[in-house]
Parts: sequence; structure tokens; C-alpha cells
Amino acid sequence: MRWRAGETDSRTDTTFLLFSGCVYGNECDVVASKCEHSSVLLKGLQSSMMSEGSSFMKGMILGGIFCLVMAFFETFNSGTHSEGREHLHHHLKPVSKDELQKLSESQMSDWTLQVRVYCLIMVTPKLLVHWATANDTWSKHCDKSVFYTSESSKALEAIDLQEQDEWARLRKAIKHAYENAGDLRWFFVARPTTYAIIENLKYLVLDKDPSQPFYIGHTEKSGELDYVEYDSGIVLSYEAMRRLIEIFKDEDRCPERGHALWKTPEEKQLATCLKYTGVFAENGEDAQGKGLFNKKSVSSLISDSMGQNPADVVEACCSDMAITFGGMSPSQIQVLMYGVYRLRPYGHDFHDSLTFLPPNDSDND
Amino acid sequence: IVTMKAGNSRCAFSLGFLVGSCTLYIFLRQVWFEKSFGWKRDGKSNPAPLGPEQNTPNLTWRVEGSAVINLKHPHQPGEDGHIADELFKKVRILCWVMTGPSNLQSKARHVKATWSRHCNVVLFMSSEEDRSFPTVGLGTGEGRDQLYWKTIRAFHYALKNHGDEADWFLKTDDDTFVVVDNLRWILSNYTAEQPIYFGKRFKPYAKQGYMSGGAGYVLSKEALRRFVEGFSTKVCTHTSSVEDLAMGQCLEKMGVVAGDSRDTLHRETFHPFIPEHHLTGKFSKTFWYWNYCFGLFISYICLFLQGPQCCSDLAVSFHYVDPVLMYTLEYYTYRLRPYGYRHRYQPPVPAVLSLASHTGKPTTEAQRLEERVKEKSVPTYTMNPRAEKVKTTGTSHKCCPGEKRNRQKHCMIVNMIVSSCVNPE
Repeated sequence: MRWRAGETDSRTDTTFLLFSGCVYGNECDVVASKCEHSSVLLKGLQSSMMSEGSSFMKGMILGGIFCLVMAFFETFNSGTHSEGREHLHHHLKPVSKDELQKLSESQMSDWTLQVRVYCLIMVTPKLLVHWATANDTWSKHCDKSVFYTSESSKALEAIDLQEQDEWARLRKAIKHAYENAGDLRWFFVARPTTYAIIENLKYLVLDKDPSQPFYIGHTEKSGELDYVEYDSGIVLSYEAMRRLIEIFKDEDRCPERGHALWKTPEEKQLATCLKYTGVFAENGEDAQGKGLFNKKSVSSLISDSMGQNPADVVEACCSDMAITFGGMSPSQIQVLMYGVYRLRPYGHDFHDSLTFLPPNDSDND
Repeated sequence: IVTMKAGNSRCAFSLGFLVGSCTLYIFLRQVWFEKSFGWKRDGKSNPAPLGPEQNTPNLTWRVEGSAVINLKHPHQPGEDGHIADELFKKVRILCWVMTGPSNLQSKARHVKATWSRHCNVVLFMSSEEDRSFPTVGLGTGEGRDQLYWKTIRAFHYALKNHGDEADWFLKTDDDTFVVVDNLRWILSNYTAEQPIYFGKRFKPYAKQGYMSGGAGYVLSKEALRRFVEGFSTKVCTHTSSVEDLAMGQCLEKMGVVAGDSRDTLHRETFHPFIPEHHLTGKFSKTFWYWNYCFGLFISYICLFLQGPQCCSDLAVSFHYVDPVLMYTLEYYTYRLRPYGYRHRYQPPVPAVLSLASHTGKPTTEAQRLEERVKEKSVPTYTMNPRAEKVKTTGTSHKCCPGEKRNRQKHCMIVNMIVSSCVNPE
């Protein structure tokens, strides 16, 4: 069989051979002598390829459209929510200096009294050393600090909740704290591996009304849920605590023990429960937008900054009014106590509008 | 054949569907990733707009030959630094940093970026000149045995070329961190015409002691003149390669007084180690043992006895500070602070500062604050309570029993040091 109508494309030959099995059945009418046949075959070839190709193309286009539709649908859903949230809550900053200076003396003393903090520190016997460190250092700056443990252990002075499950333990601690709050209106939940500068926490919530619901910390996103990271500390106002206690009674929305195969971390469960009561997570940051709650240690943050901003390491690293750091060893925390509360350059004054006195029973600050 | 055909096209269709959706998904992820990442970054590193100090270095410092002259004292926004500014003008300090060509990028660079900006004049002393850094070339070799040579030449260079620009001359290593403002607070009680020098004092080997090289030491102008004179009259020579000891011996011969750099509560300000070691007194067991018997790292014993009152709030120096710790200490000292916190230690104001500069808070507010303080009876510290305790328990240490004779000698020295730690005077 010779197809010499000016084209002796070997490709055509081979493809003809491929299709010689007459895929197209009846259409494949081999009229060997005519050159037209080649074009017919070519057409047949092309058409076969075309129909394959066209269905492929059709598939691709449909797939793309499907994907786009899904994506838009998703963003539309979360977009309206997040935009709304961003507009209303997301970033929380401390009161500005100018505002502070405008205040009267009586208002200042009112605020000093109002901004008192109850610290809930969740320990386990494993974290004995960290308990000792927190007990000896930053927890003394809370107006009331209570340690809650999963089980009792020698040398560990804490309220024994006798509960192994972390979420259930957190619920019990929150209930206990709310009932024993007295006239304290702000609550700080942390693990003893976190270090907190309570004075800066007070500065952040100074002009916020605790009878409004506040849920503050370093916020992260999980799907559609904005939650406050546990490792860098969680701040709750009195109203947020009250609403939590209410929703704890609702076993459907806020179950004590989940029935899923996998365990949701308690920070997300907390966020979910709060969301049902209309309380959303807010990111605590300073006037320049730098985060105040950190789960990394100071040296880790500085190292990161040295890599990313070698020209201006300290400025780009961390806030001057930072509240929490995490993952620091007991010796590093002793150095941090010294660095925060004692080491300073002579001759630099800040004239802060409020004064916080040092606690009575410590010698490292 | 027909089914095959249909099957094929169905396969092709579904394949096409998959490919299409996957590629578009990846494409969209990229686009959104950019968008959300962009937002996150905005939120995070939200314009810490660089202050004028960093953007236009010509306003705050300039390079003259091999020296860095700081024109203005660095400030934080929102702070009242007028006292620090006044001390910057009245107590002029020339800082020279002992470094070497191989340490410029790994260590000296971080000194340049941090605490040296608070000195009036900064010189980086190396064996070789480097105009771009800039460093001064001393024409010596490198290494521990060259330290005293470098020190001698560096001090000579400083007096000759910058003698009029400073009142006090500070020597440090490139792994020393210094809080220059606190050094000014100490030095403001003395004048540059007094032959005196300060540092972390060690008692043995020289009658009035000597100052630890690593923790840094600072000479008054008169003390520096006498040091230089000592060499020109051959009273002082290159006696030993142990730089700080040799310095101490020379200065003693020339009648320079070894000053007391401790604060008003008798707490040390110059520290030969990093804050962690001084505050927690912890070292690895083997390290402690070998150096305990070595006698050189004498202050380890002192550390072990001290606790949080080892170090003054107005600390001046720390040694063996690596780059990460350098920036960390800068952050702790000048940046991170607890809002509104009233420090336990209220340092007295140096006499040299004019009374007019003490406006600060209005008096009624200050009075009210003092009343509150009295009500709450904030405890202030008098003497180091642990020092009292140790005095009573006695200080005989059975060190290195069974060691060879030369080690026994070191142990006797250590005993002597221990007793000098407990009874500082």
C-alpha cells in the first residue's frame, strides 16, 4: 500500500498501522489505490484522535470549572464571615498613650483596681520543675494565681482536679476559677511552660470592659475556626467566663467528652464553645501591630530575626510590651526575670500613667 | 469495538476532568496563598518603620578614619532620656573592642550593631587594619599570647589619637556585652583627672587586685596617661602574656587606684560570665571540677554562693556572650519592659547632674507614689543575705584531696578567694 500523495509521512504510516485494526469499524473503508484514502484515513485518524482529545479537553474544562465553582463557594462562605470578623474584632491593641494622659486621677485608680488578674495555671506531675519555676517567678505578679493539676503528686502544691482528659480538666478549672474569682474580672489561662509578664497583660486590657466578652491571645485559624493558641496563653474576661459556664451545660454543642475517633485539642474546643455564645478570638498586638503573645522563646525569636532581618534584629523581632513567651527552660526564665524586672539602663524613664508595685514575697524581680 | 471506543473516550474524559481540576486547584492555591500570606505578613511585621537612627546613619554616627563617632545617644520612641543624654555629654567614654580579622563578621559585627552605639567613640582593635569595617591595625599577631601586646598598643593608640575626645577609656572583648549608660552612672561620681580604674576585681596575685579582662575594665584619662608613661619610662614592661594580670601589676606600680565598681547595695556590676551563670550558679559538673582545681576561674566559687543578688540592676558588663545573647540582652535592657512597674532598687542620682534636670514627674504625683510605697512596705535590700549565712558556716573547703602538689597550691589559692568572696572588703 502506497500513500504517495506528496506526503510520505512515516508517522501517518505507523498510525495507519495502529488503526489498521479498524477501530472505526464500518467507516474504515480501505480503498488502497486512491490517495484520498490517505486523507480519509488521516481524517479518520484525526477524528479518532479528535474525539479522544475532545473528550479529554471537555473533561479538563469541566474539571476546571468545577474547581473554580467549589473554590468561589468556599471563599464566599468564609469570606463574608472573616471580613465581618476582621472588621469587628480580630486585632486588639492596648490603649494609646494620648488617651491615657487625658484621663483623670479617679479614673486611673478605678482602672488600676478593675484590671486585676486571676491566673489559672494547668500543671501535670510531669511538669514539676516548670511548676516550681512558675510558682517562684511570674505567677507572683498575678493578683491571684491558682495551679490546677491532673493528679496529686508529692511536692506539687496545686488543686487536684483528678482528671486526666485535658479538655475536661480545663472545664473544671474554669468553673472553679469563676466561682472563686471574688472581685477579679480578668482571667489568664496558661501552662507552666509559658512565661507571662502580667503587667503588660494589664496594660493590654486596661481600657477594655470586663463585662463585655473578650477572648484574647495569639490567634490561629483552623478551617473556619479562629482560636487562641494555648501555648502562648489565653485571656478571658469575666463575661466570657460567664458565657462559657452557661454553654458548658449544653452537651450537644459543647460536650465534655467528644465521641470522635480523634481528639480535638482543647484550645479548639474552647474556641468552638465560645463561638456558640457569640465570643470570637482576638489577636493581641501592640500599637505597631507586633504580636504580644508568643509561643517561642526569646532566643528562638531573636535567632529567627537574625536570619530574616540582619540589619535590624531587635526592632524587627519582638514587641517592647510583649506578654508571653514559651518553651523556656527554668534557667532561661531566671534570666528573663532579671532582664524584664531588673536590668535596665540608667537615665531612661517612661513616665507610665499607671504604677504596679512589686510583689511582697519574691527576690528575683 | 464500539464499547472500546466509548470506554476510551470516557477514560479520556475523566482523565481530562482530573487534570483540569488539579491544575486549577494548584493555580488557585498559589494565588490565594500569596494573598493570605501577604495579609499575614502585613499583620505581623506591620511597619515597624525604621527610626531615623537606622535609616540615615549620617545623623547619629560617622566614621573618622578607623573610629566610629556616635553623635547622638540612641532613644526609644516615647521615652524620656534626658538624664541619659546629659550623662552622654558629661561622661565621655571611648570603647575599644579587642577583636581579630577572623572575628569581624562572626562577633565584632554584632557588637557594632548593639551596645557600641552608646559609646561616644568606638574603636575596633585588630592585628590588621580594615578600612571598611573599620578596624585599627595594631601590627601584632593573633592569639592568647599576643593579648597583652595588643592591649598595650591599643591603649597607646587611643590616647594618642583620641585623647581629647573622651574622659574614660573602656577595654572589652568582642564577646562582652556592656550597658554603657550604667557605666556612666558609676563613673559620674569620679573625675577623669583621678588616677583610678574599674572592673570586676580579683584579689590574688596583686596586692590591690586586678580587673578581669573579659568582663572589661575602664581607665580614667589620668590612669591611661600613667600607663603610657610607665612604658616610656620602662617602669612597666611586657611582663606576662596574661593581659589582665599584667595590667593590674603595671597600674599598681604607677599609683593607679583599683576602684570599687559595685552599686550602693554592694552588688557587682562587671560580670565575667553570662547572666545565666551568675543568676543560677549552675555549671556542668566536670567543668566545675577541673576549673575549681585550676584556680583561674575563681569567681565560679563566688557565683555558687550568691543567687539572684549576685548582679546589680544597673549591671555594666557580661562576658562570653554569643551573638544571639548579644541581641537578647539588648532587647532585655533597652526594649522589653513591664508597663508601669516600680523597680525595687531606686538608684541615687549622681551629684554631677544639675538639679534643674530633675523635673520628671510632678511632685504631688511622686509624693503620692511614695505614700503608696510606704503603705505596701515594699522591701528593699540591704546586704546580700546569703553572704551573711555563709560567713557563719565557715569557709574551709577540702579541695581536690589526693591531688598533686601543684594542684594543692591552686586549691589553697581558691580557699583564699572563697574567703575574699564572702568578706568582700
